Amino acid sequence: MAQDTSIREEPRAVIRLRDVRVCYGDKEVLHGIDFNVMAGETLVILGGSGSGKSTLMRTLIGLEKPTSGQIWINGSDIAAISEDELYEIRKKTGMSFQGGALFGSMTVGENVALPLREHTKLEDPTIEIMLRLKLKQVGLAGFEYHMPSQLSGGMKKRAAVARALAMDPEILFFDEPSAGLDPIIAAGIDKLILDLKKAFRMTIIVVTHELASAFLIADRMVLIDKGHIVASGTKEELRSSVQPRVRQFLDRVPEPDVEGELDYLQTLTEQYRCEP
Amino acid sequence: MRIVSQLGAWILDGLAYFMALGKIAGRAAYYTFLGPFRGKPLRVQSTISQAMEVGVGAFPILSLITACIGLILAFESAPQLARFGALKYVANTVALSMSKELGPLITAIVVIGRSGSAFAAEIGTMRVTEEIDALETMAIRPVHFLVAPKFLAMILMLPCLTIWADTMGILGGALFGVLKADFTFLRYIQASVDALVWRDIVSGLIKSVIFGITITAVGCLEGMSTGLGPEQVGRSTTRAVVRSILLVVIFDLLYTGVSFGLGIA
Repeated sequence: MAQDTSIREEPRAVIRLRDVRVCYGDKEVLHGIDFNVMAGETLVILGGSGSGKSTLMRTLIGLEKPTSGQIWINGSDIAAISEDELYEIRKKTGMSFQGGALFGSMTVGENVALPLREHTKLEDPTIEIMLRLKLKQVGLAGFEYHMPSQLSGGMKKRAAVARALAMDPEILFFDEPSAGLDPIIAAGIDKLILDLKKAFRMTIIVVTHELASAFLIADRMVLIDKGHIVASGTKEELRSSVQPRVRQFLDRVPEPDVEGELDYLQTLTEQYRCEP
Repeated sequence: MRIVSQLGAWILDGLAYFMALGKIAGRAAYYTFLGPFRGKPLRVQSTISQAMEVGVGAFPILSLITACIGLILAFESAPQLARFGALKYVANTVALSMSKELGPLITAIVVIGRSGSAFAAEIGTMRVTEEIDALETMAIRPVHFLVAPKFLAMILMLPCLTIWADTMGILGGALFGVLKADFTFLRYIQASVDALVWRDIVSGLIKSVIFGITITAVGCLEGMSTGLGPEQVGRSTTRAVVRSILLVVIFDLLYTGVSFGLGIA
């Protein structure tokens, strides 16, 4: 019943994580993650490679099941609900994958229309209008008949965003939105995220390791390192943090020596064993 | 002691694999036969294109292979039959071995090579490019979207291909019959038809449906369990082919053994 009181305390939290742990085999990669995401805010999950941020994202969207802990999305614990209920929640969330993950055998328009065809009973002309609208929102008007293979990396990401927006989601997830793009295209994607935030007041969660992009789009940030949250707060709070690990990440200081990496490997392999 | 524990581990792995196969086949069957009555319509377009790919696409190569096999069977059995003065039974030999055994088996092996591998490669690539994850985040079930159309296409097309393979095998045998065994073409065909009873053909068709389910389940499961990285797609594809052939032969043996035991072989 503790959950009920916390709902009353934080009425606007659309996502709440409580002591979320994830194991791969007998290795624990997330060691008790706690945070809230408020309605309408943009939360950036920041972290280096191997920090566990991608696992955290996969867990948030229900692709990975936490070993223990709770993830509440709009009041349902996605770790405990049935598959059918999880699929219902997914209809109200959108996800833009790192490489776009567009279906190669369909045109861009068919990609965007797919969720609408699957989950709504809309007539074809209505779907046609909606997909054009979504493509226009991401700056891809007129590309509906292109195949994904004909698009550049940045355009693929935009198309993926259009597809994620198709069902007018309440929560939008981005996995590494600017990874692999040149600075100008990456800035364009950042601007797109800002525009979406302004236009729809959507709750947006972004996983990234790009500092510039993170500080531009975030309302709040969570810095994750070796499966722990080392800091969280507003941009200003993070920027003024004196915590060594935060400073190292923000000031882009390399690991002092190889021993550090060995320690890291050791923490991965020895500490935090999961009970089989 | 170590051998025993290793053996135990293998058996457990094998059982887990069979459970996974059963699960994917069961779910595909659910979306094929029950789903349409529970608001999850069949993907007709996708099923038709899969059926074209699995079935129609295999016709030329399957025809050639089974005609050759029919002919080879006739060549191999003729000397033995001739020793007993029973050369005229070459039509029976070819017709029975094609329809009961070789038709379904060769069809399955050709379809494994063409389509089982393609299923694993297609789904494996989608796994690597996160398209399977994307389907799930769009609340579209991968088994409903990807596996069920393949499943239905396979259980419809494999029996058709098998009938065709039987026919081509018999025609291959007829070539020998006409050239080397003093048959006229019509008499050879008549002899083949007389030799067959419905039970033989039906048993071949039942086998082909079992093989179709096996090929789809293995191909799709291997695709779904593809690891990270493009090189894993190749590995999944190879595994799909090897495991499908192995399982098809094992199921064939089980089916034939049980039929024999029940006295209906």
